[in-house]
Amino acid sequence: MKYEVLIDGHLHQVELERADKGYECTVDGEPFVLDVVMTARDVLSIIHGGRNYEAKREYSLMGETHIIIGSERFAAEVRDPRSLRSRRAAAGAEAGPAKIIAPMPGKIVRVIAAEGDEVEVGQGLVVVEAMKMQNEIKSTKKGKVTKIAVHEASAVNAGDLLAIVE
Amino acid sequence: MFKRILIANRGEIAVRIIRACREMGIESVAVYSDVDRRALHVRKADFCEHLGPAPASESYLNIPKILDAARRTGAEAIHPGYGFLSESAKFARACRDAGIVFIGPSPESMESMGSKIKARQNMKRANVPFVPGTETGLKSVAEALAVAESTGYPVMLKASAGGGGKGMRMVADAKALAGALESAQSEAQRAFGDSEVYIEKLIENPRHVEMQIFGDAQGNIIYLAERECSVQRRHQKVLEEAPCSFVDPEMRRRMGEVAIKVAKAANYYNAGTVEFLVDADKNFYFLEMNTRLQVEHPVTEMVTGIDLVQLQLRVAAGEPLPIRQEEIILRGHAMELRIYAEDPDNNFFPSPGRITRLISPSGPGIRRDSGMYEGWVVPLDYDPLLAKLIAYGEDRPQVINRLRRALVEYFIGGIKTNLSLFRRILLHPDFQAGRVDTGFLDRLLQEPPVGDARTARRTPIVALAAAIFAQQPPPGSQPARNQDGLHAAAQRTPATASNGDTKPGGWKAAARTEGVGR
Repeated sequence: MKYEVLIDGHLHQVELERADKGYECTVDGEPFVLDVVMTARDVLSIIHGGRNYEAKREYSLMGETHIIIGSERFAAEVRDPRSLRSRRAAAGAEAGPAKIIAPMPGKIVRVIAAEGDEVEVGQGLVVVEAMKMQNEIKSTKKGKVTKIAVHEASAVNAGDLLAIVE
Repeated sequence: MFKRILIANRGEIAVRIIRACREMGIESVAVYSDVDRRALHVRKADFCEHLGPAPASESYLNIPKILDAARRTGAEAIHPGYGFLSESAKFARACRDAGIVFIGPSPESMESMGSKIKARQNMKRANVPFVPGTETGLKSVAEALAVAESTGYPVMLKASAGGGGKGMRMVADAKALAGALESAQSEAQRAFGDSEVYIEKLIENPRHVEMQIFGDAQGNIIYLAERECSVQRRHQKVLEEAPCSFVDPEMRRRMGEVAIKVAKAANYYNAGTVEFLVDADKNFYFLEMNTRLQVEHPVTEMVTGIDLVQLQLRVAAGEPLPIRQEEIILRGHAMELRIYAEDPDNNFFPSPGRITRLISPSGPGIRRDSGMYEGWVVPLDYDPLLAKLIAYGEDRPQVINRLRRALVEYFIGGIKTNLSLFRRILLHPDFQAGRVDTGFLDRLLQEPPVGDARTARRTPIVALAAAIFAQQPPPGSQPARNQDGLHAAAQRTPATASNGDTKPGGWKAAARTEGVGR
C-alpha cells in the first residue's frame, strides 16, 4: 500500500507490504524490513536491523497526529494518494481566512481585538484563563479581524473558535 | 499518635500524605470537589468526604466545609499540604477552636511570617540579613518612586501575601514603575484577596537557596540542609536539588544558624523553610519564610534519610524531635523535576485533558510522587502540577544521568507536559557545571533547541510508524482487534470511559443500565 507521509513538513513516499513478522517496506525508495508489534493502543515496538524503537501516536488539539520516538516528537500527516479527501485537504489548507482556536479549555477574561481591526501576526486577540494562568491568544495571520466569536466571561472548550482573521 | 487525620488538599501532595499515614497505621480522610471524584488521592484514601463545586473557594479553600468533614469523620488532625489553606493563620486558628490539631506551626507563628512585610520587620529586629527595600505596603506611586530611587534600579515589586510568583514584577526604570505597580496590585488582589505590594532592590543573577528547618513544641529547632531552587520560570520553581553545589559546609552552617534565628523569632514549630537569595560572592539575604511543607521536600528527605511528612505528624502529636542537629548527616545528592501539564513548545500554555497513555519510569534511584494515572482527566480548575520525578544518587553527575535515563522511559500521552524541557536543562553545560541562577531558565529558553543527531536516522522509521499507525484505528477509539494482523497485546477499555465524552462508553452504559449512573 502506498502512502505519502509528511514528517515535520518533509514529504516521504512510503510503501508498506505485510510480511512474515511485520512489514517489508520502502521509504523514498530505500528498503526496510521491520518486525512490528503493537504493545498497547497507540504504542508500537519496531525492530529494524536489530535496533529497537518504541513509537507512540497521539493527536494534538488541532487534530494533528504526532509520532513520538524516544524523547522526540514529530508532526506527521499521512495521505493515502487514492483518497480524494486527503488530496483536497492538501490543496487548500493554507489559503483563506485563519480560524483562531482555543488551545485549551478555560474562561475568556479579556477581548483585546475588535471586529474590523487590522492585526499583525503575533498580535493578541483574546486572553484565556485556565489553571490559574492567563494566556494571550495571538493572531496567526496578518489581516483584518472579521469575527470575534467570544465575549468576556464566556467559557470555551479546547478547539472552540475564538476569532477569524482574513 | 493520631488514629485518623484529614488531608485538606488534592493531587500529588495529598497522595504523599496518605502514604505517610498508611505507613504509620493512621487512617486518612480525603476531601474532594465535584471535578475530583476520580482523582488519585480520592482513590487512595481510607475515607472520602465531598466538599462542593470545583472553584477552590467552594471546596479546598472553604474552612467551614473542611471542618465539617473533619467532624463528620472524627479526624483528630488536619494536614493542609501546600498551597490552598496551608499558610492560612485563620484556618489554623479555626482548627484550634474546633479542637482539631492543625499539622503545622501555630497561627501566631504563621501571622508573624505570613505577611512578608511583618516578617521583614521581625527579622530586622533579630539581625537577619535582608535585601534593601520597604517594610510597609506601598501607598502610592510617588512613594514607590522615592524608595526605588534610594535603593537603585532595577527593583522588584512583590505581593505581601504572595507566593508562586503571583503579584511579582521586575521594574528596570522609573518609567515602568507606575504600570507595574498597578498590575502587581490587581494580580495580588485576584490571587490572594489582598492588594498590598512592597518593593525590594533586585539582586542581579542571584541563586535561590532555601534552608529546611524543623521545630518541635518543646522548643527544639534543627536545620536539615539547603535546597537549590534557582531553576525557575516566571518565579515558579521547575527543578530543585539538595545539596546546593555552591554551598560549602561553612556556609551551610551559617545559613542554618540564621534560619534557626528566623524560626526562633517566630516561636516556630513543625516544618518550615527559610528562603534566601545568594549573590555571586556567597552573601545571602533573607527572602521569606514558608510556614508549611514545601513541594520540593523530597530532595531533603533523600539526602537526610528523614521522612519529613511522618516527622510533621509526630511533632504535631506532641512528640519531641527524635534527632539532634549534630546527628544530621548529608549523604549523596537528590534532584526533583516538577512535571506540569503545560506545553513548552507553545509558550507554556496549560494543557488540561485526558491522559490517554502513561508509561512511568522506575529503577535505581527513582522516586515518583504523582497525582495522575492513565485515563484520568486533568481538570482545568487547579494548579497544573501533575507529578514530581525525583532521583537520588551518590553524586550530582549520577543523579543527572539517572534523570536523563528516567526521562527516556517516561511518556505522558494525550496532554502536553514540560518533560521535553527537562531534557534540555539536564544537557545544558551550565547546568551540568552547577552554574545556575534564577535567570538560567529564561536564558536557556532564548537559545534555539539543539537538534538531535539521531533525528536524521530516525526520520524513515517515523514515516513508517506513521503509515503503520494510519492502518490502525485512531487514538481514543476501541483497541485494534487483529486488524491487518497487528493486534494490541494489552487490549482494554479504560475504566474511566467517557468522562466528558458525548458517547457513553462500556462502563457508563453498564452503569446506566444498572441505574447507578452519576
